[in-house]
Amino acid sequence: MPVNTRFELKTGMATREAFGKALAALGRENPNIVVCDADLSKSTYTSLFAKEFPERFFSCGIAEANMVGIGAGLASAGKIAFVSSFSCFVMNKGFEQLRVAVAYPNCNVKVVGTHSGISIGEDGPSQMSVEDLALACALPGFTVISPADEVATMALIRAAAAHAGPVFVRTGRAKCPIVYPAGQQFEIGRAIELIEGKDVAIIAHGLMVAEAIRAHETLEAEGVSARVIDMHTIKPLDRDMIAQAAAETGAIVVAEEHLVDGGLGVRVAQVVAETSPCVMEFVGIQNTYAESATPEQLLDKYGLLARDVAAAARRAVGRKK
Amino acid sequence: MKPSKSLEELQAIAKRIRREIVEMIGAAKSGHPGGSLSAVEILTTLFFDCLRHDPSNPAWEDRDRFILSKGHAAPVLYSVLAEAGYTPKDKLNTLRKLGSPYQGHPDKRFIPVLEASTGSLGQGLSIGLGMALAARLDGRPFRTYVVLGDGEIQEGQIWEAAMFAAFHKVDNIVAIVDYNRIQLDGFVKDIMEIEPLADKWRGFGWHTIECDGHSIPALQAAFADAAATKGKPTVVIAHTVKGKGVSFMENNPKFHGTAPTPAEVELALKELQ
Repeated sequence: MPVNTRFELKTGMATREAFGKALAALGRENPNIVVCDADLSKSTYTSLFAKEFPERFFSCGIAEANMVGIGAGLASAGKIAFVSSFSCFVMNKGFEQLRVAVAYPNCNVKVVGTHSGISIGEDGPSQMSVEDLALACALPGFTVISPADEVATMALIRAAAAHAGPVFVRTGRAKCPIVYPAGQQFEIGRAIELIEGKDVAIIAHGLMVAEAIRAHETLEAEGVSARVIDMHTIKPLDRDMIAQAAAETGAIVVAEEHLVDGGLGVRVAQVVAETSPCVMEFVGIQNTYAESATPEQLLDKYGLLARDVAAAARRAVGRKK
Repeated sequence: MKPSKSLEELQAIAKRIRREIVEMIGAAKSGHPGGSLSAVEILTTLFFDCLRHDPSNPAWEDRDRFILSKGHAAPVLYSVLAEAGYTPKDKLNTLRKLGSPYQGHPDKRFIPVLEASTGSLGQGLSIGLGMALAARLDGRPFRTYVVLGDGEIQEGQIWEAAMFAAFHKVDNIVAIVDYNRIQLDGFVKDIMEIEPLADKWRGFGWHTIECDGHSIPALQAAFADAAATKGKPTVVIAHTVKGKGVSFMENNPKFHGTAPTPAEVELALKELQ
């Protein structure tokens, strides 16, 4: 069922901050939760957990590979182990350890990457994680999640902790528009149709969900009925929701703050090809690294605004029949 | 809990394990005999004298943890696990064959009593540290033992873990370096020298013990020393001979990763009578 409210999209907290708050709350409820961080706890907000539960927080220094291995060992001994850093560091420097020590033996480790995408802004491409979803989805058995706002993050971090098996959760640095009402329910693997529509379906995750909603408003004024879907779980995909959108609208746009290569779009395209082939357009980062600027300037320059999503939707609708 | 074994019994087990290593790698026609044979006394002393474990209760929460970080020496671990009664002895010669529990490198999916899946070098010490931290957090008495290869410690992650262990005063972990001086491409000193090895570990804050890695009494003394050491992690640098026990494999880089031919298996078994 669509959430079906008018969306105010008021600015809320960054999803990384929501993660930190959710983690501290979980720590109060469950003494089995432990956290490892690699000298970025003030930025990842795991410092909130560390302050309350210093004995359950392990500072690993700037050594992501060791951190992931330690997380795997803690999980093997029965702990629910969260390991966190900037997404680009934990996923890239820790990838081999995520593969052999976590995914291969199906270890109960929760990896939370912060500072994903290009909206980190001024720090530039060495800190920007634009390939983390491709990497995480390449790990058999991993559940991969990209929440849209603080409400989604808090609920999905809780769901990740409750899930048996490895999970990657992608969060961002920038303050983020609030999409969901407090108390919204989330289920891993079940996408949320935010807005009904029949001409085109916009499937988005993370920061781009709010842009998709804004694009819907523009399109509505032009007489185009755009469905908006929050695909918060990148793996496993909600295949039914995708197949239904493809069959009912005949045009799909996927919008994401990630490389188009290996992102949600190509995963959705696979499902569309296997179920109900239709026109598709892809909004994302095109085979490049970004640069230093404000988040707003970067989202504008690299084509990740509502304007770009709406243009893709128009192209998709125009290509139908 | 367990009747302690005499030195003669332990040495007899070690000899049996050597024979099984040669036989199973011969049957598989591929594998790593040299680094399996060098670690025989290390694993024999651990599993049949030192570790607190109970093969009839493999999920015992307070069991000591063992990780073979140099996963390519899987045959020595498989032979020891079978000898201890964890896994079937009659399947050892299915090593590396379709459907065998005895995978090319240790794989928890096929042998659930393994504490870790290994084979990508450099990772076991970090995983062991996680287990050791969990023990400390929960006030559990179990200790964690990690066997490292000498070539393996060229991996940077080992030194990340070494730094962590000393900083966090993890004293319920023991690293054992199987210092057989040979890696795939040749002698360690010619590929990437790791000396001065004891100084490196000391410099990283570890209680460092050197011993003859083929002397069971020396290994027993080293593990007792480690258990008595508080406030810092312990490393045992076990000086070993690659291919130990088979004359033509000893100190021969060829047998790092080459299986013996049927004729060589026969010859080796004669030497291991």
